[in-house]
Amino acid sequence: MTYIYDKDEIKGRVHSLESFGLVDGPGVRFVVFMQGCAFRCKYCHNPETWGKGGSTWTARQLFDKVYRFKSYWRNNGGVTVSGGEPLLQMDFLTEFFTLLKAKGVHTAIDTAGQPFCSVPEWLERFEKLMSLTDLVILDLKEWDSNKHKLLTGMSNDNVKELAVWLSDHGKDIWIRHVLVPGLTDAESDLKAMGEFINTLKTVKKAEILPYHALGIPKWEKLNLHYDLSDAVSPTEEQILHAEELLGIKK
Amino acid sequence: MTDFTQWTGFEGVLWKREVNVRDFVQRNYTPYEGDETFLEAPTEATNTLWEELKKLQKEEHSKGGILDMDTDIVSTLTSHKPGYINEKYKDLEKIVGLQTDKPLKRAFMPFGGIRMAEQACTTNGYTPNPEFHKIFTEYHQTHSDAVFSVYTPEMKMCRHAHILTGLPDTYGRGRIVGDYRRVALYGIDFLIEEKQKDFANCGDGTMFDNVVRNREELAMQIKALKNMKKMAESYGYDISQPAKNAHEAVQWLYFGYLAAIKTQNGAAMSVGRISTFLDIYIQRDLDLGLITEAEAQELIDHLVMKFRMVKFARIPSYNQLFSGDPVWATLEMGGIGMDGRPLVTKTDFRFLHTLENMGPSPEPNLTVLYSSKLPENFKKYSADISIRTSSVQYENDDVMKPVWGDDYSICCCVSATQTGKEIQYFGARVNLAKCLLYAINGGVDEKEFTQVGPRYAPVTSEYLEYDEVLDKFKNMMTWLAGVYVNVLNLIHYMHDKYYYEAAEMALIDTTIERSFATGIAGFSHVVDSLCAIKYAKVKTVRNEQGIVVDYITEGDFPRYGNDDDRADEMAVWLLKTFIDLVRTHHTYRDSKPSTSILTITSNVVYGEATGATPDGRKAWQPFAPGANPSYSAEQNGLLASLRSVAKLPYIWALDGISNTQTISPDALGHTPEERIDNLVTVMDGYFDEGAHHLNVNVFGTEKLIDCMEHPEKEEYANFTIRVSGYAVKFINLTRKQQLDVIARTCHHKL
Repeated sequence: MTYIYDKDEIKGRVHSLESFGLVDGPGVRFVVFMQGCAFRCKYCHNPETWGKGGSTWTARQLFDKVYRFKSYWRNNGGVTVSGGEPLLQMDFLTEFFTLLKAKGVHTAIDTAGQPFCSVPEWLERFEKLMSLTDLVILDLKEWDSNKHKLLTGMSNDNVKELAVWLSDHGKDIWIRHVLVPGLTDAESDLKAMGEFINTLKTVKKAEILPYHALGIPKWEKLNLHYDLSDAVSPTEEQILHAEELLGIKK
Repeated sequence: MTDFTQWTGFEGVLWKREVNVRDFVQRNYTPYEGDETFLEAPTEATNTLWEELKKLQKEEHSKGGILDMDTDIVSTLTSHKPGYINEKYKDLEKIVGLQTDKPLKRAFMPFGGIRMAEQACTTNGYTPNPEFHKIFTEYHQTHSDAVFSVYTPEMKMCRHAHILTGLPDTYGRGRIVGDYRRVALYGIDFLIEEKQKDFANCGDGTMFDNVVRNREELAMQIKALKNMKKMAESYGYDISQPAKNAHEAVQWLYFGYLAAIKTQNGAAMSVGRISTFLDIYIQRDLDLGLITEAEAQELIDHLVMKFRMVKFARIPSYNQLFSGDPVWATLEMGGIGMDGRPLVTKTDFRFLHTLENMGPSPEPNLTVLYSSKLPENFKKYSADISIRTSSVQYENDDVMKPVWGDDYSICCCVSATQTGKEIQYFGARVNLAKCLLYAINGGVDEKEFTQVGPRYAPVTSEYLEYDEVLDKFKNMMTWLAGVYVNVLNLIHYMHDKYYYEAAEMALIDTTIERSFATGIAGFSHVVDSLCAIKYAKVKTVRNEQGIVVDYITEGDFPRYGNDDDRADEMAVWLLKTFIDLVRTHHTYRDSKPSTSILTITSNVVYGEATGATPDGRKAWQPFAPGANPSYSAEQNGLLASLRSVAKLPYIWALDGISNTQTISPDALGHTPEERIDNLVTVMDGYFDEGAHHLNVNVFGTEKLIDCMEHPEKEEYANFTIRVSGYAVKFINLTRKQQLDVIARTCHHKL
């Protein structure tokens, strides 16, 4: 899966729109869920965003759709692009964010970092997008690279690189980690992740997202096998403990 | 100029020269911009009384919803001996007065209709005195009998088929708000004198119909005022003079309201805009060191306790329509005055605080008159209380003030009237979804299979064609609006004649404005159906007689509730077309026609009477409530839904546009502060866009399901939720309605 590029007009593939997002960035957010992702996270609660599909939008169309909600954003709200994996459609996002920044809208990207690579051509486009992005919400799925591969299908070296890049370039970051008991809660991994987060200069917030099984019906609908059918949500203590390991102060 | 020693310390002169409570409020109130930290916990007396009341409420619930009923006394201002929450604790009751001689005992009120009054008893296992039947059928005509005696066959058919429904033709019409503040500010004697002057000046001696009627009504008002004094005397109070302190002001005002609920059993019996007014008295006493904050809060708590006790005897079919025993004791807080000063006072906080001191409650129907320009602290406190109790509704002061001024009251769930200067004639609702089906079937009812509407040419094609359906729909709506308005004309004529609201009207100016309310049910289904016909393909399914009984919709179509202008324009068109049709007709007593898009819980009953609609709604399924988008129509989340509703111009639906939304607490934010800030932001945005009304519920679906399955749990005894235009205890809804509430979109994001 790669971004969709058209010489004349870049088009984005959008899975769905949520006008009332309150947890994906500061304030009230309009959340755009992009279509397409290369990770295959075992606990994904939006597996329908993985493949092709969704609807096609030009940046202008999408801007017109979301900017109508400006009266709900007030001081700190804005637009968050999530997915799917938004960084698979960078050029579209650059065009979309250009329109939003022209109106002074706060922009955020919610990414798992999978597409990040240090190829200069890619980095140049990424840098351009970042110049229009106020906040990156970065999912750190797992610290241990092998476990990460088992969980998502790919390694996480480039995800860590992305985090460092953002820190070095002064870009605000929110870190998120989905806590699945028995899968992503190993003491040593969380500790290492916490130490890593500590080295990043621009982390404004880190949060634990407790695993939930509410995505399972979607897997069934797509005739996909759900590996984690035995997984349970973490307890309050497990969450607190993980937060401690990650160095999250409340 | 009159002057009373009770007025010492109050500024202004106009309100002394004439009855003018607004002027008094404007000259004397103290705006409050601070936060809620000054508020006090309940006093011991409050806790004791509230525990007593909770016991009674529990007993009432366990007895099937009725604690006790009168069978031997016809309720009037002076019919009952004084009653208390508990004789043992009567000295603890700062504010006294019950509808009957016992708490939660329902009065016998036959003037609206003897049959309903009797049935309300018999269906609950009580036997009314048989003499009453004789009196109110042989000797005296009731409102209901009078209405039915003059209905045309067509009107009866429309009523039977439920295309006109919820009409106030068997009980009181309600929605008339006396300016109860007048009792406190002026005392009864002054009000009598003023009415006597009006009586002397009524007409030039030529006895036209309207002059005779006005004179008779004034005479009834004066009599009611005199009886109010007697009613108060039985509780040991002389209300002939103005109230001299905060305690008397609250008590006098309550006696005014008590007079209304002893004599009328309207669906909505609003209290009105009293918080800023009462604050003036409380502040004066606080400044003089006569009371403490705890005592001030106690007065408000005890007043609110009384509003929580208002009960009427109803029949089962009424309860299906207006579920959960509501009385719409609507009471407003907030708002901004014409001069730009917020009308928010400490007493506005005190009223909201009752939901903390005595827990959540559906009554009084606490309503915040909202503007993004209200003091931030008040907005936050309201949001906080909303999140914790789901017991508050919000209405847009910025859109209402230009129409009704800055001293309006909400007279039922969401409709405004100028306090003391205007009344509204309640008009229930017309089922426009059914009207659309009549248009397709040539006036044949899809449930009864009888000819109810005019025999216009039906649609005969297999697929519906938009222009044809629209044309037929407009014709059918034109017919229906005519029948509807005239049914109401007749009802209000008879109500004035046989069930005149003398006590409430005595506390309203003699020369008044009147608005003529109508209402629309099935709104979102008509909009989506027309969109389906226009943008998708709709195939008809006919029975053997050729009547269309179902629809198969092929393809996608825009739906109201997604901020999609194609659907939302259709919604605006529907509203404008309907109100214009209403406006073509004569309306009773030169009243101003208006309409509403609000359905209360009656969306379930209306849906049950209505066949399948082209938007995909199955036959006999509930409608979406009020102006809410249809279930599952919303694809883009809460704000897209709010934007669609906000596009409906309030000015064309002055009777109100009600919108109920449920937000899961987790979706609103992670911390209490975040949730409060986010809710305030949402309301600022929504009301700045010109929307009229919002009911805010904050809880997850799981809680509703658990409450439905385990209503016996202590925590659910007073679990309150907002439904269209009012609040109810969830356990008091029928199971069908509970399921309906659960099925409605709960806005949450995973």
